[in-house]
Amino acid sequence: MIPTPDLSHLTKYDYEHVYEPAGMSYYLALQYTFLLLDALEEEADEIKKDPPLICLEIGSGSGCVSAFLGAILRQLPVVQIATDINPRASLCTLKTGTRNKISIDPITCPLAQPLLNRLRHSVDILLFNPPYVPTGSEEAFDAQTRGDISGAWAGGASGMETTCCFLKDVETLLSDRGKCYLVALNQNDINGICTMMLDEFNLQSKIIMQRRAGREHLFIIRFSRTSNM
Amino acid sequence: MVRLITHNLLACHVKGCTTNNFPLTFQDVQIELQEAEFNPEFVRNLLSRLDWAALVDAAKQVGDTSLPPEEPEMMDDDLLKKLHHVLLEIHVIEGAMTCPNCKHVYPISNGIPNMLLAEHEIG
Repeated sequence: MIPTPDLSHLTKYDYEHVYEPAGMSYYLALQYTFLLLDALEEEADEIKKDPPLICLEIGSGSGCVSAFLGAILRQLPVVQIATDINPRASLCTLKTGTRNKISIDPITCPLAQPLLNRLRHSVDILLFNPPYVPTGSEEAFDAQTRGDISGAWAGGASGMETTCCFLKDVETLLSDRGKCYLVALNQNDINGICTMMLDEFNLQSKIIMQRRAGREHLFIIRFSRTSNM
Repeated sequence: MVRLITHNLLACHVKGCTTNNFPLTFQDVQIELQEAEFNPEFVRNLLSRLDWAALVDAAKQVGDTSLPPEEPEMMDDDLLKKLHHVLLEIHVIEGAMTCPNCKHVYPISNGIPNMLLAEHEIG
C-alpha cells in the first residue's frame, strides 16, 4: 500500500485559494483526488513495468496526485512536470513535492500550452483531474459571472469545457507507450468521450475505476494508443 | 524549480507567436545548486527529448560552459555527468525568460515560471 502524500504543510489559506476559486468544495475535490490515487495505485505494477521518462499532471492543485505518482515511482528516475493556472496551486505543488521528497517541476500556465510543441508525443504518464463543478451549484455560477481566473476554470455547467480543450491535446502529448488518466463525471457523457477519442484521435479508452460520491458518479478513464496494455 | 530540463521543454505560447519562439532566453537569474543522484541511463534516455543547441545556450546563460557546442556522437561517462549536472542540478530560483521572437517576458519567482498570458495574447 502506498501512503497518501503528506499534506500537513498546507494551510487553510492554501486550500481556500486552491480549490475555492475554481468553485469547488474542498470535500468534493478530495473525493476526485482519492479516486485518481486509487486508480494509480491499481495501475502501479503496470506503470513500473515500463518506467516512464516524462510525466505531466495538468491542474495539479495541492500537488497530492503528482506526489503520489512520485511515491509509486520511488527509486526510478523520472521528470515530473505539473501545471496549474493558479500560481498559489503551483506553490502548493512545489511545497508538497519538497515535503514528500519528490522532485516536481511546477509551471503556472493554462493546461499544457507552453509545453505542447516540445513535449509532442513525449509524455508517458499524463494526468488530469479537472475542476468539475457540481451542476447548478451557486459557487459555479459565481465563478462564471465574476469573469476572473476562476471563471476560466469553472468552464461550462459540468466543467466540461476545460476537459474538451484538454482532450484535444491528449494525442499530441502522449508518447507511443503513453497513458493518460482523466477524472470524468457521469454527466460528461463518458461513452461520447470514448467514441470521440477513437474516431478523432485513434486513441483507445478504458474505464479503470468508478465510484459514487454523494450525487456524483465519478470515473477514471485511461487513454492509450493500444488497448492491450 | 526551473531546471534546465524543464526550460528545454518550454516555448512561448503567445497568440500568433509560432516561429522562433524557442528557446526562451534567461535573464537576471539567481540559481541554486541541488545535488541529484546520477543515473547515466536516465540522462542518456533524456537526450532523445532534448534540443542540444538550446541546452548549451541556456547553460551558458546561467553560467555553465561545460557542454560542447555540438552534440557528440559518443557519450562517455564524463560527459553524461556534466549533462546530468546541467539538466538536473542547476535550479533557477528567480529571474525571467524572454521569447526570442515576440519578446514576451515570463517571470520566474520562488522557482516557478509564470506562463500566464493576458486575455489578448491567448491563442
